[in-house]
Amino acid sequence: MRLIVEHRTRYRFSEPQIRLIQCLRMTPDDTDDQTVVGWSIDVDCDARLRQSRDGLGNRQAMLYADGPIGAIEISVRGEVLTGDHGGHVRGTAEPLPPEFYLRETDRTVAGEALGAFVGGAVSGLLGADTIDAATRAIHGRFERIPYVEELRDAATTFAGTTATGREMAQMLVAGLRTAEIPARYVGGYRQREGRACAPHGWVEAYADGEGWIAVDPSTGGRVDERYIRVAVGLDTAGVTPVAGSRLGQGEEMLDVALIVEQARRQ
Amino acid sequence: MGEARAFDEIWGHGGPTNPRAPLEMLAGWIAETPREELARRLEAAENTFRQLGITFAVYGDRDAAERIIPFDIVPRVFLADEWARLSAGLVQRVEAINAFLDDIYGERRILADGILPPDIVFRNPQFRHEVVGIRPPHGIWAHICGIDLVRTGPDDFFVLEDNARTPSGVSYMLENREAMIRLCPELFRNFRVAAVDSYPDRLHETMRSVAPPGAGSRPVCVVLTPGHFNSAYYEHSFLADSMGIELVEPADLVVDDDVVWMQTIAGRVKVDVIYRRIDDDFLDPVVFRPDSLLGVPGIMSAYRAGNVTLINAPGNGIADDKAIYSYMPEIVRYYSGGEAKLPNVETYRCREPQALRYVLERLPELVVKLVDGSGGYGMLVGPTATKQEIEDFRAALIAEPHRYIAQPTLALSTVPTLTEKGLAPRHVDFRPFVLTGRDGVQVVPGGLTRVALKEGSLVVNSSQGGGTKDSFVLLPDSPQLQAQSQTLGGMFQQQELGS
Repeated sequence: MRLIVEHRTRYRFSEPQIRLIQCLRMTPDDTDDQTVVGWSIDVDCDARLRQSRDGLGNRQAMLYADGPIGAIEISVRGEVLTGDHGGHVRGTAEPLPPEFYLRETDRTVAGEALGAFVGGAVSGLLGADTIDAATRAIHGRFERIPYVEELRDAATTFAGTTATGREMAQMLVAGLRTAEIPARYVGGYRQREGRACAPHGWVEAYADGEGWIAVDPSTGGRVDERYIRVAVGLDTAGVTPVAGSRLGQGEEMLDVALIVEQARRQ
Repeated sequence: MGEARAFDEIWGHGGPTNPRAPLEMLAGWIAETPREELARRLEAAENTFRQLGITFAVYGDRDAAERIIPFDIVPRVFLADEWARLSAGLVQRVEAINAFLDDIYGERRILADGILPPDIVFRNPQFRHEVVGIRPPHGIWAHICGIDLVRTGPDDFFVLEDNARTPSGVSYMLENREAMIRLCPELFRNFRVAAVDSYPDRLHETMRSVAPPGAGSRPVCVVLTPGHFNSAYYEHSFLADSMGIELVEPADLVVDDDVVWMQTIAGRVKVDVIYRRIDDDFLDPVVFRPDSLLGVPGIMSAYRAGNVTLINAPGNGIADDKAIYSYMPEIVRYYSGGEAKLPNVETYRCREPQALRYVLERLPELVVKLVDGSGGYGMLVGPTATKQEIEDFRAALIAEPHRYIAQPTLALSTVPTLTEKGLAPRHVDFRPFVLTGRDGVQVVPGGLTRVALKEGSLVVNSSQGGGTKDSFVLLPDSPQLQAQSQTLGGMFQQQELGS
């Protein structure tokens, strides 16, 4: 599938900022399932961008801009060719072994209830079946609600009955780890017909002998060619598209506009 | 009971009248200098420290004004051959720490070879994925180590803790020495005491030696402090001052285009080497804790790009973590190819069921520590704990065994110390400072001796009522001290008359 992404992130500040430093995790990498045909990040003010990779292998760009800055818009445009390998993730940069992704973080403390729930769902299963079963279980347990900016941690979300897609993914990550299955949060894009889009989050979990498998608790199934993988992290915090620091007073307002669509046949 | 048995570093096992042979003269000085005179000098030293502002704030004690750490006038002494053995052990240990850090954030051979269980690295929050793939100049991570040692006998030294993050206390080593030279000059006339005052120069040279390749021949070095409210602020300013380099706060630094700049009156100056006294968590809000107001946004990107050297390197916590500590003998053997010259204190890893069972059975005899605690907090000293404290720890251990290690209570050595009731043995530990630069590892001949001022107490932390002493390292071939015709006490009298 040929997917086109247009992702605009606009920050407006109630008072001009003296300086902005932001870390952008907005650049996908080639894998066996996706080939980045073209990708650009444009900023509407005088800014310097420095590309690098973080410790987990994600592409990142540091953005440095001097003030006064009343507003800044980061425009990402890109085109990616995707394939479908049944959710098997191959060809990714892996600086750390799967075991690292058993680590608990503040946001992925599962708590007893979530641990028991996932433990029950995977009981008696082996390998990738455990991952699929846990994904279906989380999918079935929650009513999905639309994207909200504020995000609850895994245990808090589990205590309720509704969850956003990102919260479901974070819960699944936490739950899989309690079952000693390495799991990580993936941030990226997902194409959906006729729907307004928001940055999406799903999960990669590791099955011995099979490798990393990408699943999406929002759908209850495996990830396919409608997904573009951008960054992985231990939790949602690790894949934040724009993580920044600003020097200046006042409030900030954030607008995000995102279009992910299939390219028309040429 | 344990008190009577502890080895005294000056008096030996024989008490004041029968000191260790090489230290007879020092014992004589202690015996013959009038108590009131020792007390007067001690007070003079403490007044100086107060005026200098060598104070610290006690955590959890908000109302307390800043205090000075109590000082003791009786020095602790290392004989030349003792020091030579200690130094060799310290060099070996710090080389291993650096090799371990370079490996664990790089190839991870030590895991591939099965020396460490991988989960104690990967699940440890001290293993910072944020620095994976970074290699600091010359592969040096722990430029400044403070290795905490305890002693139980003439030749029995043990490493209690490795400090490879931001070990503090070196200003006490220097200020205590200065006070001793001023107040007890007779000791320095009669003992050949190795000088420690070259420490700031050696530190500066160490910093310059690890500058990024692009820094040029005169790299700009700074000390980065979180600010004057930090309990070790005095030390930060003292070190910057004695090295003749800038002391900066986070707001003085700005990162642009992956380069760190210092804002000065004359404009921006590019910074090459930063001795930062800010913990990893607070160093860069873009990478670590986003709520940190202490950090320098972007500094980790400059570091990753190889444009600045951070001293010590971020991520070092994985080398001095208490869970890793218990594997240090294996780590030293793995990288040095030989047995550790400085042994660890025997350590029970409560994460192991058998060890946990043993520890739970013997809580009243053991010292139990939180794997991620420091400064004497979150610690149980079995022999002096109340029943309630022991039961509280038992419950905590059963609930989260992986968070604890336990060690036998050691009969820590003592050094005579001036107390309200006169001179009496008090337990001590020792923190030597070890520098690693491009040209290798060096141990400064001295360090920080901490003393538990309470009778029988084994807790030397300043936050828990500990004090400090000067630490003499005697140079080889010191003239036989007892051969002098005068006693030191007698010389002190002359000195007083003459001044």
